[in-house]
Amino acid sequence: MTATRRVDVLVVGAGPAGLAAAARLAVAGAGRVEVLEREASPGGVPRHCAHGGFGTWTRPLTGPRYARLLTEAAERTGATVRTRTTALDWATEGPVLHAVGPGGPEIIEARAVVLATGARERPRPARLVPGTRPAGVYTTGELQQSVHLFGQRIGSRAVVVGAEDVSYAAVGTLRTAGTEVVALVTEHPRARTGRARAEAARLLHGIPLLTGTTVAELLGHGRLSGVRVRHRDGRTAVLPCDTVVFTGDFVPDHELARRGGLTLDPGTRGPAVGGSLHTSRPGVLAAGNVLHAVEPAGTAAREGARAAGAVLDLLAGAPWPDPGVPVTVEAPLRWIAPNRVTPGARPTRHVLRTGTALTRPVLLVHQDGRLLHRERRGPGTVPPHRPLALTGHWHDRVDPEGGEVRVSTA
Amino acid sequence: MTVTADGPLPSTAYDVAIVGAGVVGCAIARELARHPRLSVALVEAQDDVGQGTSKANTAILHTGFDATPGTLEARLVREGYERLGAYAAETDIPVERVGALLVAWDEEQLAALPRLAAKAERNACPGTALLGPGELYAREPRLGPGALGALHVPGESVICPWTTTLAYATQAVRAGVDLHLNTAVRDARWADGHRLTTTRGTLRARHLVNAAGLHADTLDRRLGHQDFTVTPRRGQLLVFDKLARPLVRHILLPVPTALGKGVLVTPTVHGNVLLGPTAENLPDRQATGSTADGLAGLRDQGRRILPALLDEEVTAVYAGLRAATEHEDYRITAHPGQAYVTVGGIRSTGLTASLAIAAHVTGLLTDAGLDPGPVREPDAVVMPQLGEAFPRPYQRADLIAEDPEYGILVCHCERVSRGEIRDALAGPVPPRSLEGLRRRTRARAGRCQGFYCGAAVRELFERGPDGRNGP
Ligand SMILES: Cc1cc2nc3c(=O)[nH]c(=O)nc-3n(C[C@H](O)[C@H](O)[C@H](O)COP(=O)(O)OP(=O)(O)OC[C@H]3O[C@@H](n4cnc5c(N)ncnc54)[C@H](O)[C@@H]3O)c2cc1C
Repeated sequence: MTATRRVDVLVVGAGPAGLAAAARLAVAGAGRVEVLEREASPGGVPRHCAHGGFGTWTRPLTGPRYARLLTEAAERTGATVRTRTTALDWATEGPVLHAVGPGGPEIIEARAVVLATGARERPRPARLVPGTRPAGVYTTGELQQSVHLFGQRIGSRAVVVGAEDVSYAAVGTLRTAGTEVVALVTEHPRARTGRARAEAARLLHGIPLLTGTTVAELLGHGRLSGVRVRHRDGRTAVLPCDTVVFTGDFVPDHELARRGGLTLDPGTRGPAVGGSLHTSRPGVLAAGNVLHAVEPAGTAAREGARAAGAVLDLLAGAPWPDPGVPVTVEAPLRWIAPNRVTPGARPTRHVLRTGTALTRPVLLVHQDGRLLHRERRGPGTVPPHRPLALTGHWHDRVDPEGGEVRVSTA
Repeated sequence: MTVTADGPLPSTAYDVAIVGAGVVGCAIARELARHPRLSVALVEAQDDVGQGTSKANTAILHTGFDATPGTLEARLVREGYERLGAYAAETDIPVERVGALLVAWDEEQLAALPRLAAKAERNACPGTALLGPGELYAREPRLGPGALGALHVPGESVICPWTTTLAYATQAVRAGVDLHLNTAVRDARWADGHRLTTTRGTLRARHLVNAAGLHADTLDRRLGHQDFTVTPRRGQLLVFDKLARPLVRHILLPVPTALGKGVLVTPTVHGNVLLGPTAENLPDRQATGSTADGLAGLRDQGRRILPALLDEEVTAVYAGLRAATEHEDYRITAHPGQAYVTVGGIRSTGLTASLAIAAHVTGLLTDAGLDPGPVREPDAVVMPQLGEAFPRPYQRADLIAEDPEYGILVCHCERVSRGEIRDALAGPVPPRSLEGLRRRTRARAGRCQGFYCGAAVRELFERGPDGRNGP
């Protein structure tokens, strides 16, 4: 027989979003707050990001340190973090989950569930990179865990696919592991990271950056022996190496969301949510990178806290909001989150991504051909790998009976 | 129990040596293991069983409805289907009896269906039925538009190829067969007994079975036979995410043409959806790579069959090589004068036919002078449950109450527990690589391909079965 337990709030995932939500809920006296984490220790992806770039401007931290602080904060406030416990699936109705851990299968009934399951990098098969199937093929996530959590040996020569922040983090990890980085390869015309970082890799460490280049084939039986790359002009070359790291190209880890029948947003591929992060399933909220891969940990933590606010309202008797009006984007914009607007709710900021660099963009918000809002972003250029924000001042102008709201650039 | 992977080979002569530990070689070893008086060696070039064609196929348990009536293949597939079905039920090899639909997309294909139904009849495959478009779409609501009808073949099923090969090998090894891995046969001489020159020294045997798959013709030539030439026929396949599984209920087959069986869409017992295979004849017996053209072509065909499939993520891409020959049938030949049986040309049905091939080969060996002695059925094996349609360890409260390790999931996408990984490492035919571990447990086979679990699984693997061999 599967045991059934009751809690007030169940948070799925002990990454920055989940831990921040749990801490705020427990502090506010939400009752029994429990976080389920399938890994052996809490903290999420920062656990294995053994580099800086976490915390705040005034208090910069490494990933592991940040993970520890968030965990301590959640536990200090009285939330329970249960590791090695996996949320598997939903009961037929409501915020009720099946889970399994060392104690066996159980059903956990909650008054509210916060989904904070994060994101992952798309691995080589999902990117349809042809060739053989040798060992030595990594994503950054696996590479970092191997080196920083388990001290495992990596190969001796690596090619890194991608040239964004996470790709340079992979370079750092490879260097820690004593692996020579043969090249960074990106299909884009330039690196998608800060200039200083790109220059340092190139000049200081002598790592070439191959732009306009894709990985056309993996070679080798048993162990990787090289990658065939193709330049946009059609030229190909083989880079001998025994390791390749596919970086970036994150997607929300949305399995539970889909299993629960939550409406997904086609742009983000995460659950569709309104400003207070309610999903389409009553009692279920979502926060962090499950909503939009991949934003910094701080953004995820803030969303966790925001979802906690909505949960507190819910526990206090607030009704579950109507689904609201969908918000979509037009190219070159790629996605927007939150992607629903509930007229009358507190206006919240949106995060967007663009597919191509935008110089001094103007964001336009329309509903049924009617202009609701026009917003000019500051000077300079917004590149595709940086968040672009849109205020929510226009939310009360949305017609709740009208069609979808469309965000475009001019 | 003897499994070796290095060092010298035993100097005593075996009664029978089987070259090639694919699904066919392992099935033969298991069959011979039913005769306790025989000493049997199973010799494999690679570091695990089932590393050749047997690990990379479409994993269908064929009824043989469309085989050429009267061929050896037709008979052994038919017989193997029954035998393996029964064996699977005993050993927990996952089988799902989903049935197949041969979908006709034009008038010509529609016209071919009654002929195929008649052929199925001749192949002793009962219960086929012609479906009109209404019933077809009722059964497969997500099928792409434009299908005109289908032939329903209720018996076609899906199976786990890895568990099958491993079950045979496990049972054989437990019953006393010696499995020698990392042992490539370089040469073979017969003079009143066989002497095999291998990468690990000489192996002697009174009888020899050649089940070397893609290399069966090479070994055959060493013994002076020119019966056939293997032309590897590559099949590239795409495995779609588990979230795609609800999109399809049957094995969706194309109506066969002169070019082969064509591209199918099928559920897998592991809960995914498979699209493939391509069919390309190649000179290279190592060409197990996928190609950009191959994958693009598959996606084009898949889009027509099941449009929604293409919106799902791809979990894995692989390619297998079928051991095709210039002949239309299996090349199973006894050479009594040499106490030698060749099992060649086991193309795209060897998984299904494996147990029947094994029984047939044992008969040929006996005819050629092998005295198998009395029969004692080997102890039954129960394999770890890898099938999605059956309770997996993490779903079993009873198991976890006894051993909490089955409740601790390490590979999250595939829901593989630490207990299962520990068991696999301690098994009678243990994995020697992470790939081998994957085939035994599904660990790292899922959508994240190790993003979450790769390092943790590697850690468990490197520590070994007792958890102590730290790196
Ligand atoms: C794309 C595709 C789809 C298929 N679909 C199906 C299906 O749905 N259902 C089905 O029943 N069958 C299917 N098959 C066929 C099935 O996989 C094969 O029939 C089966 O694997 C053949 O087994 P085998 O043991 O003969 O060969 P293999 O699996 O290739 O095994 C031969 C072994 O011999 C070893 N070896 C070779 N030379 C030497 C040497 N000199 N010394 C030592 N060892 C050696 C090799 O390393 C290998 O391990 C499919 C095949 C392909 C490629």
